[in-house]
Amino acid sequence: MTSSHTVRVVIPLHLRRLAQVDGEVQLEVAGNEAGEVTQRAILDALESKYPVLEGLTRDRVTKRRRPLVRFFACSEDLSNEDPDAPLPSAVADGTEPYLVVGSMAGG
Amino acid sequence: MSGVRVLVGTRKGAFVLTSDGARKDWKVSGPHFPGWEMYHVKGSPVDPNRIYASQTSGWFGQVIQRSDDGGETWEPVNGDFTYATPTGDHLWYDGTPKPWGFTRVWHLEPSLTDPDTVLAGVEDAAMFRSTDGGQSWSELTGLRTHRTAEGWMPGAGGLGAHTILQDASNPGRIYTAISAAGVFRSDDDGATWEPRNQGLVSEGIPDGSAEVGHCVHRITMHPSRPETLYMQKHWDVMRSDDGGANWREISGNLPSDFGFPIDVHAHEPETVYVIPIVSDSEHFPPEGKLRVYRSRSGGDEWEPLTKGLPQENCFVNIFRDAMCVDQMDPCGLYFGTTGGQVYGSSDGGDTWQAIVHDLPSVYSVEVQTLP
Repeated sequence: MTSSHTVRVVIPLHLRRLAQVDGEVQLEVAGNEAGEVTQRAILDALESKYPVLEGLTRDRVTKRRRPLVRFFACSEDLSNEDPDAPLPSAVADGTEPYLVVGSMAGG
Repeated sequence: MSGVRVLVGTRKGAFVLTSDGARKDWKVSGPHFPGWEMYHVKGSPVDPNRIYASQTSGWFGQVIQRSDDGGETWEPVNGDFTYATPTGDHLWYDGTPKPWGFTRVWHLEPSLTDPDTVLAGVEDAAMFRSTDGGQSWSELTGLRTHRTAEGWMPGAGGLGAHTILQDASNPGRIYTAISAAGVFRSDDDGATWEPRNQGLVSEGIPDGSAEVGHCVHRITMHPSRPETLYMQKHWDVMRSDDGGANWREISGNLPSDFGFPIDVHAHEPETVYVIPIVSDSEHFPPEGKLRVYRSRSGGDEWEPLTKGLPQENCFVNIFRDAMCVDQMDPCGLYFGTTGGQVYGSSDGGDTWQAIVHDLPSVYSVEVQTLP
C-alpha cells in the first residue's frame, strides 16, 4: 500500500521567487513500496506542485541533477546518492527538511 | 508616437527604461528577475504590451518570461527547449566531436505579424518557435541537422544561434547567424536552411573562404531593403545586396573592423552604425575612446560620433544584441556596455546621453516605439 508523507523542502531564493513561495514548502510525497521517501519522489512532487521549477534542479529528460545544484539532508550531502535510495526517516516524517541548494560557485 | 520603452538585459537582471518622444527624461524600473542572467528581452512589433525575456542561470538553467502589460508584470512560461530529434555531434574547441546540448536561449525574435508567435535562437545552435505565446516550443530541426552541422565549432562564447532576422516582404524568409558557423537563410519558414557566406574571409579557419565556419557576430537589415544585409563579423564589416548570396567588405576607414553590434537607421537604409573595439584579444574601444561610427553611404566611409560619449579611459565592450534603433523621427539609437552604461541618442547619433550608468554588465538592449 502506498504511503504518503508530508516532507519539508527548502529551495533557494531564485526558485522560491519563481514558485512564488516564502520559506519552506511542504509537499505530500508518496512513499515507495516499503513506505520510504526517495529524492526522486520529492523532486517529482516539487515539480508537480510547482511546474515552473521543472528542469531547474535536474534535467528535464534524463532527470540527472544539474551540475551546480546540490541536495542535502540531515547534515549529509546526498547529491551523488542514488535518487531512488531511501532518505532518512527524519526527512520522511518531517523532522528534518530536504535542502535544495545552489552550490557555491562563481559570482 | 507617444514615446519609447527600452528593454535592457543584464548579467544580473532586466531593466525597463521609458521616456516620452523627447527622449531626454527617463524612468527606470528594475531589476526584474534580480540575480539572473537576462540574455535578451524583446517586445512584439504588433503588440507593444507583449514582451518576451530569456532568463538563464548557470545553476538553474532556462526560464522564459512573458509580459502582457509592457513589462509591469511577468509570467514564467515554458522553458522546455528539448531538441526534437536525436542529436548528433558538433566540433568542440579541441577538434573532437561533442554531443549537441542545450545551454540557453540567446535571442528571442517575436513575429512581425502575430504577438503569440516568437522564434528563439539557442546554444547549442538551434532554432525553436512558439505559436502560443511561449507556452510550448517546437524545434525547427532543419537548422541543427543541416548537412554541415557536424563541422560547426563554437565561438568563444559558445555555439549560439544569436541573430534572427525576418523579411517582412517575404514571410517565409528567415536569416540566422551562428557563432562560429556563419549566416544561414531559410525560404520556407524555417524548414530548410542554406549557408549564405560567399565572400566572407576568415583568417582564423583553415580555409578562409569555407562554406561555413565564419564567426559572424551580427547581421541586420532595413525593412524597406530586405535584399541588403549588413554584417559585423569577427573581423570585417560586410554588406550583401542579394539576400546574403554574396558579401563584400565595407570596413573602409574604420579604426578597427572588429566589433559585435551593427544596426541601420530607421528611416535611412544606407545609414549604418557600428561600435569598433580593438581586436579579438582586446575587447574595448581603440584609444580608450567610446565612438559609434556612422556611415551614410552604406559602408566604406565612416564618421566617428563622440559627443556625450567618454573620450578617455573607456575600456568597455558592447555585445552583439546591445544596440538598437527606435522608429521616432529623428531616429533614436541606444546601446549598452559591459560597464553598465546605457547610452541614448535622440538625433541619429549626433549627441548622446547616459540614460543609466551603473547597471550590471549589459547583455542586450532593445527598444519599443510606443503608439
